[in-house]
Amino acid sequence: MTRLRKMDRQAKQFQKEWPAHLARVLQRLNARVTLRLFLRLGIILTLFTLVSAQKKSSCIECHSKLEDTRLSAPAKLFDNDIHHARGLSCNDCHGGDPNADTREGAKDPRKGYLGKPKTLDIPAYCGKCHSDATLMKKFNPSLRVDQEKEYYTSNHGKLLKAGEQRVATCISCHSVHGIRSPKDPLSSVYPSNVAETCSKCHASADYMRGFGIPNDQYAKYKTSVHAKALYEKQDLSAPTCNDCHGNHGATPPGIASVANVCGQCHARQAELFQTSPHKAAFDQKQLAECLTCHSNHAIAKPGDQMIGTQQGALCINCHSSGDKGFVAAGLMRSRIDELIGSIDKSTEILNRAERAGMEVSKPKFELKGATDALTHARVLIHSSSTAEVEKVVAPGLEAAGKGYQAGLGALAERSYRRKGLAVSLVFILFLAGLVYLKVRQIESRQAAEK
Amino acid sequence: MKIDDIKLWLDERLSISTLAAMAQKKEVPLHRHSIWYYFGGMTLFLFTVQVVTGILLLLYYRPSSENAFESVQFIMTEVKFGWLIRSIHSWSANLMIATLFIHMFSVFFLRSYYPPREITWLSGVFLLFIVICFGFSGYLLPWNKLAFFATKVGTEIAGVVPVVGRPIMRFLRGGDDVTGATLTRFFGFHVAVLPATATVFIAVHVLLVQLHGMHVPEKYEHTHRKMKFFPNFILRDLIGWILAIGVLAILAALFPWELGEKADAFTPAPAGIKPEWYFLFMFQTLKLIPAKVLGLDGEVLGIMAFNVVAMLLFIVPFVDRSPENRRRRLILNVAGVLALVYIVGMTIYGYVT
Repeated sequence: MTRLRKMDRQAKQFQKEWPAHLARVLQRLNARVTLRLFLRLGIILTLFTLVSAQKKSSCIECHSKLEDTRLSAPAKLFDNDIHHARGLSCNDCHGGDPNADTREGAKDPRKGYLGKPKTLDIPAYCGKCHSDATLMKKFNPSLRVDQEKEYYTSNHGKLLKAGEQRVATCISCHSVHGIRSPKDPLSSVYPSNVAETCSKCHASADYMRGFGIPNDQYAKYKTSVHAKALYEKQDLSAPTCNDCHGNHGATPPGIASVANVCGQCHARQAELFQTSPHKAAFDQKQLAECLTCHSNHAIAKPGDQMIGTQQGALCINCHSSGDKGFVAAGLMRSRIDELIGSIDKSTEILNRAERAGMEVSKPKFELKGATDALTHARVLIHSSSTAEVEKVVAPGLEAAGKGYQAGLGALAERSYRRKGLAVSLVFILFLAGLVYLKVRQIESRQAAEK
Repeated sequence: MKIDDIKLWLDERLSISTLAAMAQKKEVPLHRHSIWYYFGGMTLFLFTVQVVTGILLLLYYRPSSENAFESVQFIMTEVKFGWLIRSIHSWSANLMIATLFIHMFSVFFLRSYYPPREITWLSGVFLLFIVICFGFSGYLLPWNKLAFFATKVGTEIAGVVPVVGRPIMRFLRGGDDVTGATLTRFFGFHVAVLPATATVFIAVHVLLVQLHGMHVPEKYEHTHRKMKFFPNFILRDLIGWILAIGVLAILAALFPWELGEKADAFTPAPAGIKPEWYFLFMFQTLKLIPAKVLGLDGEVLGIMAFNVVAMLLFIVPFVDRSPENRRRRLILNVAGVLALVYIVGMTIYGYVT
């Protein structure tokens, strides 16, 4: 308590005396030191004002007020542009003086004003910075700087060089003034927006007239298994246009290289195909490796119906009854069908046992060995070797067989339990009846005694 | 040595004849509501089933997050009659909680807690909470997905209680999350702490029942019909117990207790997760209660309300002490019926939604 009272007294005393304290502190300060302090503060404030003034852009100020939307849109869009976010302004691309208050002053060619670049100049215009490794490192050390170079290897680039102006340049895909990072879901080159962006030109019959290529790629792609993965499953790793064609160097892969394109993701299938007898045959007949069976833009979900010798199977497009490939296709299909049938049978009996309350989680888990074997067999058909397929189908059938046996066992156990229950219930009811009779006997004896 | 000699030898040491004479004298009142006397004994019988089957399960059960699920799976599939023992243990636990609720409500409505039976009631309320803890801790032991998430939600609810909630939650979980540490300590509670505590309270409860005899509702006090405890009542009890074994056998054989999938902390909680039926009315209430009630957190309010009701159970025999206060009697009857309707209604609602 005394300590508290003491602190309270000290606080009151300070309240009375603080002006005197301050005066004493100021007296102690040297007049020269104080002057220097104020000078430094003044310099900092002036610099701050200058920097703030530099941030001001007369381009944005004027253009955003213009009635012609062609001229005002760039100023408005620029707010969301990644270049704006990184501290760049109009003059960093277009040159000129953003501090000038007049139109002539701002667009003074002596101050490096470049204006709107011509279509032919756009790659170099962007490349001015984007091809400069030293400069780009300041903004993003991991960003590539070969886009411009790569662009000129693309069909777009080659045609542009030849003077064709209707081809895609940087701004056709990345947009202009509202350029977002490719990682931004609103960006026109975000994985789920790429196909839409390419389709703006490639799906237009009018626009593509004269180029001599089809314009149904987008429509076909939308039906493909890849598009389903990208749009329905939201799997951003699923391929879209640029994953197969390249982005800046966009070119259709040739027959010789298409397998390398697909093999980027489907590595095992590509590797098996390379070792298969199909490889030499396809090369000889000048057939594109993957897309001869799977097609290109409209790649459907592969199914077992694609292999075999029945109507609709792809193998009979080249093989006919009696040849080696025809026999192998028939055999591979029949073994895969056998495995599917065996898995279905086991799954059905295990589910039935589970519904009956039997604990079959272990055999159900072990049945996964058979489904894994099926998946593996479906991949191994790319080797066109019945022996390779058999290597996984045989253990798969064994695993499925074990599952079936476990299901049978579980159902047998269930009926054994039911029989056991019936016997037990007879015994239990008999015992309860006996006790009841005993109670009756005792109670009637007690009543008689009374 | 003849059998009579053995009897004499034992009697000298254990006073069996005195105990037998006491048992002979013990009588059970007979009236319209005598049927409810059987539910206490039935609960005790089911508890014994729990002890026996629990010990058998202990022979194979391994209490760790790596082995628990596999060991229960082994019990269900490989151990001879393991499925039967585990299913009986689970079904009997549920039936025991049901008979315990019936027993408690019958005692409440028949006013069997009137003096001098207050401590009998108190020990019974303690046993109710112990049994609920048995249920909660035992549910986690198979370490399956449902149990894992139910325990997560259950302990989270405990954590919501102001001030003491967080430390209680951390104590129950053995850390910030439900992990193998939670399983180990729940196992400890389930097979050591709770059985020891339950044994003490059961002993007190049963001894007090013997001391005070069965309570007769005032309406039937004038009727002097009685039944001998031994052998009449105990044999009738026995019929009930034998039939209970029959019911357990039917449930275990036709509806073996499910095992489900192994718990995995990295998978999302299964949709529509629900606790055991005896927690469902509380769970449903917490689901229905608005997020904010009069500026207070709805969940906290709900949990506090359940705590208050639980505390009220303890003071019942001290509030209502004799049949003379008709108004108090009526209030308690209405409260009891409302509680019963609420519990049944919310449980059904919880199941259908």
